[in-house]
Amino acid sequence: MADIQVEEKSKGGKKKPKKGDARVDMTPMVDLMSLLITFFMLTAAFSKPKVMEIVLPEKIKKDEKVEPPKIAESRTLNIILGPEDVVYWYPGKADPDVTVLQETDFSPTGIRQVLLERNRALFRKIDQFEKDVISGKIDIRQDSLRSAISQLKKDDDTGPIVLIKAYKTSKYKNFVDIIDEMSIVGIARYTFTDIDWIEEKLVVDAINRAAPVASGSVQ
Amino acid sequence: MPKIKLGHKSPRIDMTPMVDLFTLLLTFFILTATFRPQESATVDTPFSVSEKPMMDANVMTVLIAKDNKIYFNVDNGPDTILKFRPKILAEMGKRYNIEFTEDELRLFEKTGTSVGVPIQDMKKYLASRDSDEKIALEKGIPIDSADNQLALWILFARQVNPAVQTMIKGDADVPFPVVREVLDILQDKNVNRFNLITSLRVVEVTEEITE
Repeated sequence: MADIQVEEKSKGGKKKPKKGDARVDMTPMVDLMSLLITFFMLTAAFSKPKVMEIVLPEKIKKDEKVEPPKIAESRTLNIILGPEDVVYWYPGKADPDVTVLQETDFSPTGIRQVLLERNRALFRKIDQFEKDVISGKIDIRQDSLRSAISQLKKDDDTGPIVLIKAYKTSKYKNFVDIIDEMSIVGIARYTFTDIDWIEEKLVVDAINRAAPVASGSVQ
Repeated sequence: MPKIKLGHKSPRIDMTPMVDLFTLLLTFFILTATFRPQESATVDTPFSVSEKPMMDANVMTVLIAKDNKIYFNVDNGPDTILKFRPKILAEMGKRYNIEFTEDELRLFEKTGTSVGVPIQDMKKYLASRDSDEKIALEKGIPIDSADNQLALWILFARQVNPAVQTMIKGDADVPFPVVREVLDILQDKNVNRFNLITSLRVVEVTEEITE
């Protein structure tokens, strides 16, 4: 408005010294500020790392005479983390003569399908439950949702019991990936155990089996 | 007929309120931003689907760097009144018969980064001003059974602050046996609940793929 007034006065014949326009162009300042605000907002929102919680079973001390819990062989699924992002799995109990390790990977069509196949009933239940909550069929508070899902998992008695073992050349990334898969497909029971010599031998066999094939394809 | 000349003035918008608002927001974001000091070890964390944000206080972090060196950090966040860090260092010093002065303890409190220095070199580490010198001293915390300093750090951290939660920040390419060793040490100290620090990745799973 001040500008218009200045304009009018100059029209009216009288020679008045033109009033200096005391305005500062603030556009660059605004530019800079929006840039800085964006920067600080983004760093504030994304700087926080995420954590993944795992609980390992308590170690059995050597002097304690506690038998490790027995689990049904038919429900057991063994997963061995191999070298170079390869995952081996076999069901039941390891037998050096009979057991053949199945080879797969961490892609969505890899180990996830194996787990989903075995965990379908529970996965469906959890999935349906979540859908019902989203669509409003089940009214539940956000904080009790988690415990409701863990209750579902606890009640599960048909799904697989997954034993995860790591071969010595596997990477930490594989370890995180496999726990991730467990939470993606909603496996109720899984744990980490040490790899035993039979399984180690099986892995070595599997690697050797894969090697000649690979070199053959190169030729 | 003289035409009425319109002033060639570009319409101006008064930006003052906008600038006011922006300054306010900027001040807010600058003040709330928490600046974490540069970690001494570079760690590329693996990705996971977990969306749980990391806790701010009552945290101890075991860092496993690319070169398999172990670092340890106690971070009680903005709560410096309780002074956990100097207490833990003093306890460590007592165990190894190293007397840390007040200044050294204060210096350790102020260094927000994780330390990967054997306790024997701690005095030298705290005294050094040069960052190259510091990096040279960082050989990683010993974890072998002869001199398991990581176990002691964990023990004292839990004694000084019983509410402490364990974080493990490992590099994606660390061989698993190293991680297993760290987990074993933690389990020996009766820590069975771990938080693995990861970066977020989004995965959609639908059962349709299988059918």
